[in-house]
Amino acid sequence: MSKLRVPVGALDHVLGPPDAPVTLVEYGDFQCPFCGQAYWEVKKVLEEMGEGLRYVFRHFPLTQAHPFALQAAEAAEAAGAQGKFWEMYARLYEHQQMLDFESLREHAWALGLEDERFTRELMEHRHQEHVRRDFMGGVRSGVSGTPGFFINGERYVGEFSAPVLLSALQGRSVEAPGYY
Amino acid sequence: MPHLAGQSNAPLPAGTPAPPIDAPVTPDQKVSLEDFRGAPLVLVFYPADWSPVCSDELALFNELLPEFERLGARVVAISCDGVWCHLAFARARNLHMVLASDFHPQGAISRAYNVFQEDAGTSERALFVLDAEGKVFWSHRSPVAVNPGADGVLDALERLAGRSGSMSEDAGVSTRRGAPGHPGVHS
Repeated sequence: MSKLRVPVGALDHVLGPPDAPVTLVEYGDFQCPFCGQAYWEVKKVLEEMGEGLRYVFRHFPLTQAHPFALQAAEAAEAAGAQGKFWEMYARLYEHQQMLDFESLREHAWALGLEDERFTRELMEHRHQEHVRRDFMGGVRSGVSGTPGFFINGERYVGEFSAPVLLSALQGRSVEAPGYY
Repeated sequence: MPHLAGQSNAPLPAGTPAPPIDAPVTPDQKVSLEDFRGAPLVLVFYPADWSPVCSDELALFNELLPEFERLGARVVAISCDGVWCHLAFARARNLHMVLASDFHPQGAISRAYNVFQEDAGTSERALFVLDAEGKVFWSHRSPVAVNPGADGVLDALERLAGRSGSMSEDAGVSTRRGAPGHPGVHS
């Protein structure tokens, strides 16, 4: 099974302690309905594991299938530039039907972002390169669709319901059931 | 990569001259290997239009068309569906690659590449990278339910580029939406 070829680094968006025993990397697309489901499952997993988990989100927009996905990913990065990546990440997944340009500006407003800067960065595609780099890193690591998960650098292709994900994450430090 | 028990032999291996392809892509257009001679070609065999895994797989390859173009390669996807089915599928999913039909005689191309599922009457899920001379450079078969991703193809194309020393930029691989053999359904 494929391995994560791009290690977690300074450009990544990370939740949880750097020395957590388990790292979950997700490649996701804000317009993908499965990623929308996975968002709630990952949220439960994060609450359950607390400091025991480091979670990393990377972009994997399938722009031909999901016309708003790239713009939404750029919006998350533009929010990140103002220190609110995770707030925007949550807001986008909780409003997957509202990813058009004006809706993104409304999300930015709701999060208290500086509108002029946010809008300019979106229009100039300031963060597209970051998104593209995430995407290609995922492709080269064998991500074939979204959501794409890696647990401690190993591709995880099992179910992503919270209970199954939890057992995979917790089992990982002992053995690796459910992997291949 | 493990093959499913009971599956036939491996897909045509590296070094084999690629069997000819002469397949319809629209009701009045055909595609042949000769159309792509001089540049690497990626062949994506898949079981069926519309099935969930195939759609994910083709969505990924569709997304990567600019990357394949950068590597000087073209992409042709092949299944045993008919051209009308291909047209509807491409239109619905916004697919920009050539979809070749191996419908009649059923699976003839897939059989030639040793990636036909006799019991199901469909192509298997298999990937080939052909070199500029039309020889198989790399091949891979996935279990039907597993989306193979594109890392293997990209790795192979990069090795191929390294082998030939230079990318074939003169091979007419730029985007030509109306190129011969292209379904041209995205006006």
